[in-house]
This record gives sequence, C-alpha cells and structure tokens, in this order.
Amino acid sequence: MPVVDLATVPLRSLNAELHKLPQNTNETHWTIKNPGGKHALAVGLDAPVIVEIEGHVGYYCGGMNKEATIVVAGNAGVGVGENMMSGEIRIKGDASQAAGATGRGGLLVIEGDASARCGISMKGIDIVVKGSIGPMSAFMAQEGNLVVLGDAGEALGDSIYEARLFVRGTVRSLGADCVEKPMEAADRTALAGVIARAGLSDDVSPDEFKLYGSARTLYHFHVDNASAY
Amino acid sequence: MCGIVGLFIKAPELEQDLGRLLSGMLETMSDRGPDSAGFAIYGSDKADLVKLTLSHSDPAALERVAGALDAHLGYPAERTIRSNHLIVSVRRADEETARAFATAAGLRLVGAGKRMEIFKEVGLPIRVAEQFGLSGMSGTHGIGHTRMATESAVTTKGAHPFSTGRDQCLVHNGSLSNHNSVRRELTREGLSFETENDSEVAAGYLTWRMREGASLREALENSLKALDGFYTFVVGTENGFAVLRDPVSCKPAVMAETKDYVAFGSEYRALSGLPGIESAHIFEPEPAKVYAWERA
Repeated sequence: MPVVDLATVPLRSLNAELHKLPQNTNETHWTIKNPGGKHALAVGLDAPVIVEIEGHVGYYCGGMNKEATIVVAGNAGVGVGENMMSGEIRIKGDASQAAGATGRGGLLVIEGDASARCGISMKGIDIVVKGSIGPMSAFMAQEGNLVVLGDAGEALGDSIYEARLFVRGTVRSLGADCVEKPMEAADRTALAGVIARAGLSDDVSPDEFKLYGSARTLYHFHVDNASAY
Repeated sequence: MCGIVGLFIKAPELEQDLGRLLSGMLETMSDRGPDSAGFAIYGSDKADLVKLTLSHSDPAALERVAGALDAHLGYPAERTIRSNHLIVSVRRADEETARAFATAAGLRLVGAGKRMEIFKEVGLPIRVAEQFGLSGMSGTHGIGHTRMATESAVTTKGAHPFSTGRDQCLVHNGSLSNHNSVRRELTREGLSFETENDSEVAAGYLTWRMREGASLREALENSLKALDGFYTFVVGTENGFAVLRDPVSCKPAVMAETKDYVAFGSEYRALSGLPGIESAHIFEPEPAKVYAWERA
C-alpha cells in the first residue's frame, strides 16, 4: 500500500516507480496525496494496479493507460485519459476539455461534468459522463461508446465516422453528419454493458437514452458538392 | 501559451495577502510564459488624487523627473519608486499636466487610475514579482500575466497587463485575428495605442465600450462580436473583475470561488496554494459567457 505525497516527492519519481511495476506486482494499491493540479500524473501505466489520487489533477492524467484503475477524488484538467488503451479511470469531480481524446479502449467515468471536446477522435474507448458535456464532443469520433446522463453542448459528433453517442438529456445541436438513430438490439446491449461496467445499472436504464451516430454521408466525395470547393 | 491569473478578494481581512497570493500564482504559471510578466494591483485610494504608474529603464531618471515634477506642479506629489517603475499621486486636476510632463521627460506611462498600479518587465515571472516587491502589496483585487511571446517582440511594452483607460486593465491568453482592423476603428474613435500587440486592442475595445456607457459585463458581451480569434480575457476595473473565453474555448481556464475570494488561473495549479482551495467551488468558465464580479 504505497502512499506517495507529491508535496515532497517529485512527480517524475512517482511516475518512474509506477512504470517499473511488473504485471505480477504485490504493490497493487497506491495512494497519491497532494497532487496539486500537476500534469501527466500516472501516465503510461501498464500493470493491473489501483492508483487513488486524493485531490485535483492537471493535464493528461492517466494518459495512455493500460490495465490500471485510476481514481481521482477531485477534478481533472485537459486530456484526462488521452489515448488510453485499457483499464479504468474514474474522476469524482469535473473534467476539463478533451477528456478521453483518441482513447482506444478501457472505461473513463466522469462523475461530474466534462467540458468541450469530450471524446474527440475516440477510437474504441467507452466514456461515461454522469453530468453534462460541453460543445464539440465526439468530434471525428471513430469507435467506442460515449454515454452522457446529462445534456450535450453544441455540435455533438461533428464529422463523426463511427462510434455510438448515447445522451439522456438534451442535445443543443448536432454537428455535421451526426444524426439521431433508432436504437437496435446491439446498441442497447452495448449501452447496458457500459452502464453496468460504470456501476450505474441501478440508477439508469438504457431506455432513457437517445442514440446518435454517423449518417455516413461524408465518407465519400459527392459530386453535387463540387461547387462548394 | 501564456499564463494568466486573477484574484478578487471578498473578505477584507484577506486584502493584506493579495500580493503574496498573486505572487505565488504567477510563479506557478512561469512555465506557461517565461519571457516577461506583469501585474496590476488595485490598492488604496485617496480622494481627489490620481495615481500614475510611470517607468524608465534608468531608475535614477525616475527620481530626477519626480523631483522636477514637484517643482512643475508646485507641491510635493506623493511617490513610490519600485525598481524601474514610479507611482506618483497627483491631484485630479493636474493629471494631464503631470502625464505630459513625465512623458516629455522620457518616462513611459504604464497606467493611471484612482486605485490601479501596474508593473511589468521582461524576465522570469518570479524575478519580476521580486523586483517590484509584489508579495508585500495589499489590495482588493489584482490580475497577472506570464508571457510566452507569439504576436510581438519580447519587450517591456509588449508585457501585460495592458491599460487603455483609467483603472482599467486586461490580461489575455490567445491571439486575435482582426486586431489591425479593430485598432484602426478605435483610432478613429480617438484611442491611441502604444504597441502592435493584439491584446492592447482588446483592452482598447473594452475601454471604448465603457466610455460609451457600457458596463464591464456589457462591454465584454459586445467584444464577443467585435473581436475574432482565440482568447481568454481577465479584466480589472476600479471595482470590478471579469473573465471571458472565446466561443470555442480554445484557451484553458479554471476558476475557484469561496466566501472569501474569486480566483482565476490558466490551470488549476495556479490556484492550488490559495487558502481554503480544498473546499472551494471550482469550475471551468463556459465559452462565450461573461463572468463578472463588482464590489459595492
């Protein structure tokens, strides 16, 4: 049960310690005190450990995460869980811009709100936001599920390729090529699975959500649009 | 990048700590902008006096000109010299006379107002803060800037805050794309600019709107249409403090509010040393929404 106080231990030493952990480590539960909004906290982890952070974190917390479970008892700055591959990151407070950007796998749960560009270019990650998300979320999203219990800001799913966007509240506007879609059985199963993994099955039902996704009209050049160029 | 900070005190007992807290915030933001730094402090005022903040590269010149100014005005104007900046308090009726005399003597006017004092210099933010003794200053609110120069040269003139009106100043993180055309329009309205800097145009725009009768909040709402580009603005007036981000929220911003203060930082790190931050209401200002506070 290592406890690391970032008021006295340099961030680089902590990250170096975490990077050295082997897959079968016995040091499976880390507590980080006084994060003080520092950037790049617990990035690049590659072992099935739990890292609990007691306070607010800065940019790119948990970036590139593999297998680890990172819990932040506070807010997260820009790009939390950027390009994460697997594992879980849970933010108890709010997240700033570009949460889960380019994520390829794993689960990112934000218990508060996420601001602009949540899930930008997501590539397979599952993101659950208990609050609302800001404008331009899931911009150019490619794969994965974005589940929002609150509302979505302007231009949701602008230029979306694929990925499912489930929103329980209102959507201020949809971005280019993003449309509401009928929820098929497979979509519903996927949504129920994400809700269950986030531990929210008792709170919400898949029936409360609407599904948004790609109309796929931007996939190919359309000659009728030639005059627009 | 640039780092910007601001602190608006609500609890009078915290006013004596304004400089110390702001100094810590600036230091933390050094790695967002190590080229130059500056800050404005809204301190005490005296009825019928106007404070001029003047600067000169040679501190000895400040002493010399201040002495000559006393002779010119016919009374000893209260003055403080902090490194290469001179704060001189003159009677309101003498403001124009004193400005003209000081600038003719080669001093540069950094700002003027009843309560505002502005200090800015090139160099690492922590050194700039130490150079002017920021940590010992008190007041009701202050704003600060650490600059990573992108749009214009690394000079004292190019450092923030920019002040274009009495007791008004602005710090800016971002870049404006239409500052040249707005500058021309404002020049036609009688405003003058000292630099080619886009941020000075933003300050000038707000000054112009407020001169035309807008409140600080209204002036910022107008700027959403008039100014094009990326920006987070933090603005100070004699009694007010405001924040605005562009509609795309391109530049980072985080705020904290407690019963004792409202604080702004480009990043949360800048706020992490403030008293009671653990239990503060921390939020990210929404794009295109004006946040403003005024003292009664």
